[in-house]
Amino acid sequence: MFEYAPAPESASIVDIKPSYGLFIDGQFVDGSGAFKTINPATEEPLAEVALADAGDVDKAVAAARKAFKKWSKLPGKERGKYLFRIARILQERSRELAVLESIDNGKPIKESRDVDLPLVAAHFFYYAGWADKLGYAGFGPDPKPIGVAGQVIPWNFPLLMLAWKIAPALACGNTVVLKPAETTPLTALLFAEICQQADLPPGVVNIVTGAGETGSALVNHPGVDKVAFTGSTEVGRMIARSVAGTNKKVTLELGGKAANIIFEDAPIDQAVEGIVNGIFFNQGHVCCAGSRLLVQESVAEEVLDSLKRRMATLRVGDPLDKNTDIGAINSAEQLSRIRALAEIGESEADRWSPPCELPAKGFWFAPTVFTGVTQAHRIAQEEIFGPVLSVLTFRTPAEAVEKANNTPYGLSAGVWTEKGSRILKIADKLRAGVVWANTFNKFDPTSPFGGYKESGYGREGGRHGLEAYLNV
Amino acid sequence: MTALLTSPTNATLRAFLHGLPGVDAVGLEQRAASLGTRSIKTTSKAYALDLALRMVDLTTLEGADTPGKVRSLCAKALRPDPSDPECPPVAAVCVYPSMVPVAAEALKGSKVHLASVATAFPSGQAPLQVKLDDTRAAVQAGADEIDMVISRGAFLAGDYLHVYEEIAAVREACGDAHLKVILETGELATYDNIRRASWLAMMAGAHFIKTSTGKVSPAATLPTTLLMLEAVRDYLDQTGTKIGVKPAGGIRTSKDAIKYLVTVNEIAGPGWLDPDWFRFGASTLLNDLLMQRAKLRTGHYSGPDYMTVD
Amino acid sequence: MSDRLAVLKTYKLYVGGKFPRSESGRTYRVQDSNVAKASRKDARDAVVAARAAFGGWAGATAYLRGQILYRVAEMLEGRRDQFAALGSSPEDVDAAVDRLVWYAGWTDKISQVRGGANPVAGPYFNISAPEPTGIVAIVAPSSSPLLGLVSVIAPVIATGNVAIVLADEASPLAAVTLAEVLATSDLPGGVVNILTGSAAEVAPWLASHLDVNAIDLTGVADPALAADLEIAAAQNLKRVLRPSSPDWTADPGLGRMTTFLETKTVWHPKGT
Repeated sequence: MFEYAPAPESASIVDIKPSYGLFIDGQFVDGSGAFKTINPATEEPLAEVALADAGDVDKAVAAARKAFKKWSKLPGKERGKYLFRIARILQERSRELAVLESIDNGKPIKESRDVDLPLVAAHFFYYAGWADKLGYAGFGPDPKPIGVAGQVIPWNFPLLMLAWKIAPALACGNTVVLKPAETTPLTALLFAEICQQADLPPGVVNIVTGAGETGSALVNHPGVDKVAFTGSTEVGRMIARSVAGTNKKVTLELGGKAANIIFEDAPIDQAVEGIVNGIFFNQGHVCCAGSRLLVQESVAEEVLDSLKRRMATLRVGDPLDKNTDIGAINSAEQLSRIRALAEIGESEADRWSPPCELPAKGFWFAPTVFTGVTQAHRIAQEEIFGPVLSVLTFRTPAEAVEKANNTPYGLSAGVWTEKGSRILKIADKLRAGVVWANTFNKFDPTSPFGGYKESGYGREGGRHGLEAYLNV
Repeated sequence: MTALLTSPTNATLRAFLHGLPGVDAVGLEQRAASLGTRSIKTTSKAYALDLALRMVDLTTLEGADTPGKVRSLCAKALRPDPSDPECPPVAAVCVYPSMVPVAAEALKGSKVHLASVATAFPSGQAPLQVKLDDTRAAVQAGADEIDMVISRGAFLAGDYLHVYEEIAAVREACGDAHLKVILETGELATYDNIRRASWLAMMAGAHFIKTSTGKVSPAATLPTTLLMLEAVRDYLDQTGTKIGVKPAGGIRTSKDAIKYLVTVNEIAGPGWLDPDWFRFGASTLLNDLLMQRAKLRTGHYSGPDYMTVD
Repeated sequence: MSDRLAVLKTYKLYVGGKFPRSESGRTYRVQDSNVAKASRKDARDAVVAARAAFGGWAGATAYLRGQILYRVAEMLEGRRDQFAALGSSPEDVDAAVDRLVWYAGWTDKISQVRGGANPVAGPYFNISAPEPTGIVAIVAPSSSPLLGLVSVIAPVIATGNVAIVLADEASPLAAVTLAEVLATSDLPGGVVNILTGSAAEVAPWLASHLDVNAIDLTGVADPALAADLEIAAAQNLKRVLRPSSPDWTADPGLGRMTTFLETKTVWHPKGT
């Protein structure tokens, strides 16, 4: 048998400190307490991280406000050069950041190395180039920054979400206070070091760590002019309520329950890859994951057989092993949520996972598929945010569209068919911000991303992504 | 499919082949690229190197081939690394029909197979009778494997029945010899064509489907081989008949060979990880495999001067 | 003076292309007329009518939407006297007609201005284009009863959205008369629905309605009510345009269109 021997990426490239402070006004400072971040693959503590309370957030916002005066006046060309510099350092230190991301988040190194980090650097590179061209972006000849942006990001793509938030904000002349998720603060704090390394003026980027209360203090701070949030629809709703009646500009990138539609004339082998990538990429911790497979009845059996055969080759385990396809679930809390929903699914539909040995320690969930699911089932409605796929069938294009749109979410969708005119028609009909046709889970800094309906509002990426950070 | 094959017409073949699922080129190439990132280390690398070595069809297909050249190639095939008695022989030697008698003599008594290209290799542009005579001559002279080329012109013209019948006829002319059908994927140009040609060859009686002659660029590529591995996998599912796959041309390094083995393992499955079901048509690959083998065995890197040049 | 007794107009709601009375049977006295006082159930019916109209209107060609908006301008031009009688100045009517013409021209240009091809780093065709968000509830402004009203409705429907308009409580007759213009302009029923009555009473029902996609609070003068409506709107993450008092004679810019547009990005591989 051709067994792959362990091929671990060396963790020695990254130096994790025993403790980290808050990054305020260009300095690491103490917080008002501390919390631990752990490696979800081993449950070992990685570091102590400062906890920011309302007072700390206030200091960070004040630092950002002070820095805004100069930063917003700096010629775009000069702002851009800072961002180019950051992009270059990110490229240079990308392996270190990838390893740290995998350790703190649990995602496989091949993804942090080949997807997250290249996109992070590309995002800074892209928006760096906009900094001195804002007058040509279609928002008037001289668009202005908004002010201080309060940004709250999730744990699924910690550094990538940071890039999506910070790069356009800075390019447009805003300053930021960013709160990473409490389970994945480390790459953001390493990014803070990179800001120092790039001689970014103090206060332009501030990083405050903590959980929901810290985020709430940031979002509700009167000195924040712009709120950007990526995370759950539930928290997004709270934020939308909390900014009501203020002048704060808001963009929200929230949950999803994407349909991935497979027509009978699809390129089946690539569609199966698209299904796998759609739901098992990043352990399914993806807001735009293709978590609802809609497959045409005439090919359902064939597609499911292929899918199961393919799932049996997925390698679950050590995130730092270069051959790992599915890493660790990010936290005990998320694992228990996935388990709870999977148990509900089991009472509703047929559950299947390939034989797969999960490590004894850490948070793990085998790739799972539910067949015989209907739209009435909870696993077809609720975002599971884990490696769990619900399979539904349809008979006609109209039925596929109707089922695909039958959700309060509208972030993304997939459609697979070799028939070009059908793709265009279905793409028109799908109420989702991103439609992947004959592909899935592709991202690019030039490509706007964001949802319809309860998946939030505003777009990140591309020319469109500037709008959220300009006073237009 | 059985009904289709009792008395195929061009129309029925066309309907079947064009009814196969399409291939999305970008998706296929990405899948191949992602399999190429598998990291094969230590014990699994040692296993893979030996396996790859045992899968090599050591090939010389030059106008300048002489009996001397072929004899030394056969010697290398039998004992690839004279310094290591544990080193296994390759799977086969592959030569032009005129060189088959020489190779048969040199390989006599060994388990190394003798493959001969035939059917007006590499273009295939000859009358059927010439191709059949070519095949029979090679078999009579001692070849137990025949590597034929399909008529790409007929395939591209949509004359599937012509291609089908030619393969079937050559298969019959092979007698007991195994038939590898070269699709010349570089000339078929699209992945859809390659999938269709794979099925056509399998239905017509191929024991192996093979990518390339080595005379056309591109020769074997990982996506093409992946696609052909999907074809044999699906063919086994649907018919119960197992077909082998042989990428040929352009595979020069151990690193490349290991990517192919990973692809075999994860696409067709471990059942194909055997010289009976997967071959590499190659020449320079062998020395790189030997050097990597030596590195694993001795702990230091070897050099070309320490590998025989035959 | 003729002895003939004039026929008085009954000012009703405009829902789904028809002119119903309020299901509640209520009217209120304003501008020397009896005007229907819409209830929450009228708002509910308006949402159903708007939803039914959305697919067809959003799916109509931009060219056709432009033609129809231009037709609305034509019809409005022909009814200048009616609006003058309701107190609109000639300049206001001029500006309202011109605004409709302006937005009629935008229908088939906004996608080009707001969309585009994205040069992604890979073998993909990638394009972004704006799409209407769906049903937009509008609290109409009290200033410039006709011009303000046209200025909030036209941008919403130009891009393929459908509208439920809560007319200004104190000056609803321009809105009802505009409904007559709309009803005779080939605008499909349900694309614009106009409710008269109390915005403070009805707006909360629209703000919290889960089948309404966006809300325009332009005409909400009370900050506390505006905040409450925005809070209610958060339940299904409605797109919200906050209150403002624009100069209706100024260049409106794109904001009233773009606030109610989604951007859809479509990827497709390029291969042979």
